Amino acid sequence: MIKQFCFCVLVFFLHSNAIAQDCNLSLKGKVTDFHNNSDIIGASIQIEDSNRFTTTNFDGEFELKNICEGKITLIIKHIACETKKISMYIDKNTFKNIFLEHHVEELTNIEIKANTKTAKTSVETTLKKEVLSSFSDQSIGDALKTITGVSSLNTGNTIVKPMIHGLHSSRLLIINNKVRMFDQEWGEEHAPNIDINSSGRIDVIKGANTLKYGSDAIGGLILISPERFAVKDSIFGSTQISLNSNGLGGNVNTEIVKTYKNGFYGKLQSNYKQFGDFKAPNYYLTNTGQRNFNTSIAIGKNSYEKGFNAYYSFVNNNMAILQSSHIGNVNDLVNAINSNEPRVTEIFSYKINFPKQTITHHLGKLEAYKRFKDFGKLSIQYDFQINRRKEFDLRRGDRSNIPVVDLRLFTNSIQSDLEINYFDNLDINTGVLLRYQQNDAVAGTGTNPLIPDFDKYDFGVYATTNYDLDDTSELSAGFRYDFSRIKARKRYNITDWNETYNYDELFPEFETGAVEGTRIFTKPEFTFHNISASLGYAKSFQKNLSLFINYGLASRLPNPSELFSDGLHHSAARIETGLLTMQKEVANKFVVSLEKQNDNFGFTISPYYKHINGFIQLIPNGITTTIRGAFPVWEYNQTNAQIFGIDVDVNKKISEHFMYNGQVSLIRGDNLSENTPLIHMPANNFGNSISYNNQKLNQLSISLHQNTVLQQNRFPDYNFFTFNPTTQQDVFVDISSTPPAYTLFSLQTSAVFKLFKKGDLKIAFHVDNLLNTSYRNYLNRFRYFADELGRNFKINIKLNY
Amino acid sequence: MKTIKLLALFITTSLVFTACSDDHDDHDHDHEEELITTVIYTLTDGNNTVTLQWEDLDGDTGNAPVITDGILSANTTYTGSIQLLNKTETPAEDITVEVKTEGDEHEFFYSSSVSGVTINKTDVDGNDNPLGIKTTLTTGNTGTGSLTIVLKHEPTKPNNGTADNAGGSTDLEVTFNISVQ
Repeated sequence: MIKQFCFCVLVFFLHSNAIAQDCNLSLKGKVTDFHNNSDIIGASIQIEDSNRFTTTNFDGEFELKNICEGKITLIIKHIACETKKISMYIDKNTFKNIFLEHHVEELTNIEIKANTKTAKTSVETTLKKEVLSSFSDQSIGDALKTITGVSSLNTGNTIVKPMIHGLHSSRLLIINNKVRMFDQEWGEEHAPNIDINSSGRIDVIKGANTLKYGSDAIGGLILISPERFAVKDSIFGSTQISLNSNGLGGNVNTEIVKTYKNGFYGKLQSNYKQFGDFKAPNYYLTNTGQRNFNTSIAIGKNSYEKGFNAYYSFVNNNMAILQSSHIGNVNDLVNAINSNEPRVTEIFSYKINFPKQTITHHLGKLEAYKRFKDFGKLSIQYDFQINRRKEFDLRRGDRSNIPVVDLRLFTNSIQSDLEINYFDNLDINTGVLLRYQQNDAVAGTGTNPLIPDFDKYDFGVYATTNYDLDDTSELSAGFRYDFSRIKARKRYNITDWNETYNYDELFPEFETGAVEGTRIFTKPEFTFHNISASLGYAKSFQKNLSLFINYGLASRLPNPSELFSDGLHHSAARIETGLLTMQKEVANKFVVSLEKQNDNFGFTISPYYKHINGFIQLIPNGITTTIRGAFPVWEYNQTNAQIFGIDVDVNKKISEHFMYNGQVSLIRGDNLSENTPLIHMPANNFGNSISYNNQKLNQLSISLHQNTVLQQNRFPDYNFFTFNPTTQQDVFVDISSTPPAYTLFSLQTSAVFKLFKKGDLKIAFHVDNLLNTSYRNYLNRFRYFADELGRNFKINIKLNY
Repeated sequence: MKTIKLLALFITTSLVFTACSDDHDDHDHDHEEELITTVIYTLTDGNNTVTLQWEDLDGDTGNAPVITDGILSANTTYTGSIQLLNKTETPAEDITVEVKTEGDEHEFFYSSSVSGVTINKTDVDGNDNPLGIKTTLTTGNTGTGSLTIVLKHEPTKPNNGTADNAGGSTDLEVTFNISVQ
């Protein structure tokens, strides 16, 4: 890193006026940089309420003579530094050391900092605010998908779970404003409860520099950061409106920011999003609308030396779920798979019917930091989250308004982080975490809860270091230890407990002795110790070329659904069973990245290999007969797995205004224990785009994108036969085959118009799925039921003021 | 200093929060309200009554269902009536009532692999479409095979009389072995 210098306007030859007085004391001093102890040259020192001032010399020293005994106040100023006032009592000749902070420069250079990495050796990709704002009416998963190597696991088109290198849910850490998200992320149909409009920047860390946030980032880490504001007196804001032809809806987002010269800032942001039924090329996807309301507030005071940030966000999502996905048993599933159209296709409506999800998520945090001279920076943070998830289904009687799933997850944590930059070439980062989590399966649903009540206690401690080997290379290493205890309360079917799973012999200590009818009340309790580590190396060469090598050891506890699930999953027509015998998952991962950052010709080539011991997967294991007919039983089991592949990005400037971008992502996953492919691995895919940019012509930008997803030919075959008693025939249930390859085109244009002195208007026009292609996506859980979205025209208007 | 006070306040508040929400409702738990444990199809020809029963008292997992099959007389017309019960409630809840109330959203479908056995629905919902709580079952010559009863939620009504054509989602699908003698 290039050290930041204060550039000085030297005020030479200004001498203090020596007024004849009977005062003859002198004040000498030295002004140094708080951060790196370098001398500050040319700082002006003034005695308040007088015209006496001087400046520091080349050694940062100054002298004021003929000072009278008594209290004086000095004002020390330096361009690009924060003005400081010091009061002192002078009764003799005095020497004073004064420290100034590079505050202003640090914070106004955000644009430059936005290109830097979260850690020097990190393998990562960043999405900036401009990209994020074009996704204002979509989900965070949709935005992340534009990154090579990142895909998504969808449930319909509004529930989008990000996936890095084929791994999702509990294997990804999502950090929102330095708070690790706990929003029941274990479920495949649980999308992250984050409002994309409240974020300023998103980093996706595919490599190993994730230990600060947790030990279990087997897939990777998604770091969502708010914008940072310059320290000056200002008020600004923006309002954004987007309108879409598909779903006849859109989003309104507005935000206002007030900043002060003394470092105080406040930001208020809200948005409302509404869509009706979306449309596939040939039919409406009945009951797929949504209504979301999100708001966030941030206040704080930041100076170089100390500061605090407080943040609160509220997310409320109301999402209709494709009506055709509600099915009864395997025969219904067979009917869905064999028919080309969903069973319910009605005319367009804004109505949110059953099935649906309503989720509210509160997130609050308070963070304070202080820098210690010649030592480092200490931060302490407290945060809490309350996630309330209600899932509604089509029910008999008047029960549809009663949720079938009603879970409240409360998480709160306190953590410290100490950055030590005492040593010249070595940075050390260390911290402690305490977390308490409580899940409440809220009573009154009239169903057996899928996830039981539990309490979870976590303790973590970590240390990471970064060492400058020489001017061009860096080495980093990290270590983390986590302790977790989970105490659950759950009722099991007594036959399952005693016979099917043999828990009465494996876990007699969990039994409470209480048996209620066919149910046994148990208190499972688990303790885990986790060790994780990372190693990174970065080397930069000439011509903007750099090489990153990362190794990570990550381990993950089985999540509540892997341990405790036990029951029917309607939209999948399957019974899902977790097992108390699940052990933790341990991954070794290697990621290499060769990058050339250059506008004329740049590239990133990033191969990776992951070996996962005890990989937990959900796979079919037999059929059971219920009163609703036959259901396949899907059970969690553990195997050894490997995932490897390569992500490639290329950018090339064709002419002054034309740019080419290309990306390729190749991935392969193997179940090593059973010698089969891994289930739900993204297919190989590639994309190209050509864009025209003209800064002089209202920043006009036109780009055409092509994206091709090949058919996934490597999948495990879990197909089976079931007997249809009505037709008296065995029917083949093809749940494994994958949809064919597809290619999508999209067009994006935008231009910026200067409206008034401080405001501008950005208008963007997009066409998604330009050719109105009908296709299905292997990674959409609803691929059995309906096609993906058809063509969409979108207008996005953003007014900055 | 101010910051630290604020932080302290925040933590205190949260602890109160934690303490308040610590409502471990070990006894206030839910049970399956919509569970159908028992299907009883009663057939009577005036003199004899045949009862076909399908029962799974502990729900989807756990113990296998207990199925009572039946023997029917050849060339006989029976009056049939179906009853759905949830026996995990005391007294057992009669779910047939719910189905009848929401007759326009439900329909039973009967089919048999024994040739000559035909089942006709004799009741209708509020829209005069077949419902199938009440039926007549007519047997032909002797034979053995199965009898399947399906209850669909939100089927297309009217339909061609087969469960596959009706769409909707399946709330019930039980199969009995029957013998016509």
